[in-house]
Amino acid sequence: MTAATAGRVLRQLRHDPRTIAMMLAVPGLLLGLLYLLWKDLPTPPGQVGVFDRVGLTMLGIFPFVVMFLVTSIAMLRERTSGTLERLLTTPLSRPALLLGYGIAFGLAAALQAVVTVAVATTLYDLTVAGSLALVVLIAVVDAILGVALGLLASAFARSEFQAVQFMPVIVLPQFFLCGLLAPREQMAGWLQAVSDVLPLTYAVDALQEVGRSSEVTGRIWLDLAAVAGTAVLALALAAGTLRRRTS
Amino acid sequence: MDAVVVRDLVVERGRRGVLHGLGFAIPTGQLTGLLGPSGSGKSTLMRALVGVQRVRSGEVTVLGEPAGSPGLRRRVGYVTQAPSVYGDLTVRENVRYFAALYGRGAREADAAVADVGLAEAAHQLVDDLSGGQRGRASLACALVGEPELLVLDEPTVGLDPVLRAELWARFAALAAAGTTLVVSSHVMDEARRCDRLLLLRDGDLLADTTPARLRADGGSPDLEEAFLALVRASAGVPA
Repeated sequence: MTAATAGRVLRQLRHDPRTIAMMLAVPGLLLGLLYLLWKDLPTPPGQVGVFDRVGLTMLGIFPFVVMFLVTSIAMLRERTSGTLERLLTTPLSRPALLLGYGIAFGLAAALQAVVTVAVATTLYDLTVAGSLALVVLIAVVDAILGVALGLLASAFARSEFQAVQFMPVIVLPQFFLCGLLAPREQMAGWLQAVSDVLPLTYAVDALQEVGRSSEVTGRIWLDLAAVAGTAVLALALAAGTLRRRTS
Repeated sequence: MDAVVVRDLVVERGRRGVLHGLGFAIPTGQLTGLLGPSGSGKSTLMRALVGVQRVRSGEVTVLGEPAGSPGLRRRVGYVTQAPSVYGDLTVRENVRYFAALYGRGAREADAAVADVGLAEAAHQLVDDLSGGQRGRASLACALVGEPELLVLDEPTVGLDPVLRAELWARFAALAAAGTTLVVSSHVMDEARRCDRLLLLRDGDLLADTTPARLRADGGSPDLEEAFLALVRASAGVPA
């Protein structure tokens, strides 16, 4: 039933070619903008270029943001159209439903990551010390985190207007504090503590690690485990918000 | 054995009482019509039967288990008043998805699509269908599970008379084959097609009757007239 649900979600996506096109093309185009912005900026010898650092991080942030938005809207529709209530009267279990969503959008994110990584490394000369496959893997785990938080956030939105506004609430603080805009070591102690419990911090750290080192370090796996763990926690909480009986 | 037993069912929404202590039983294989004006509590009662309605007190037993039990999800089909299908999928994709959830295959799904008269529209997106077709797509998604109890909330709204007659014939055939059906309607004209009538008004069971008995009690061959006579009598207003 999880597979049937994932297939159904992907089929819905397939009937919406413009969404697919945007999902695949927009991250690459935005990266291109950053590339042009920093292309002629001199890099001090021995340091990583700004684009190599930020562009690489963006490969993890795009799928997180996009999947958060897409999922929270998709789930909200499921709630408002009555299909969710109907699904809850069928043998489909709540974890199977959420897992179906996770798998479907995880696959979409994998495709998005492959396209974006290919564009970044060929057109924009993004240099990554470590493996590109690992970059894709991190991007997919980030996307699944986005899906999980999106499913959870949709429970607190009554309308699509509210749902889209959860994006800045959930995403921007994580983006500000993830270490990209200011090094984490230089943050005020309490901000660093907040940063320590935000999952995107670990996603960004994992990507920086892959950018620096050609070896697959234990730190990368720990980072990934932190991101994946948060996603599982969010999915479990989201399952709790799916009430079979309502007034 | 009774397919549905309802005892002292009380449902409140906010502070307002929606159902005030209903009780009735429906034997297996009966086609029961749930009739009454809109706002009388029909949809709430149906939601209680499928176990998605929070109830204040009382008991709802369906096929021998408390309503909403996990074991019932394979055995009970529910079609909401507003068609709850995916507008961005085709009719066939919708029905095949629900078929998979009920453990049925593509062939059963296609048969259910044909049963509701949508074979020609199977490849169309639900969003591109007319309101009546959408309702039938929603119905097919419940039929495909071949449930023992089918709860249908106003399934014939917006359908032309020919299709309406076809669907009622289909419901009668399902009942004859042993399926228990509870079908709501606010069109009294549809009442004559039922074995049994539950007339609801303002959350109370006004009458538990049959079409023939309603005509006799209401003193009119016209079911609508007979219903009105009953309402007036219950309110103490002279007919």
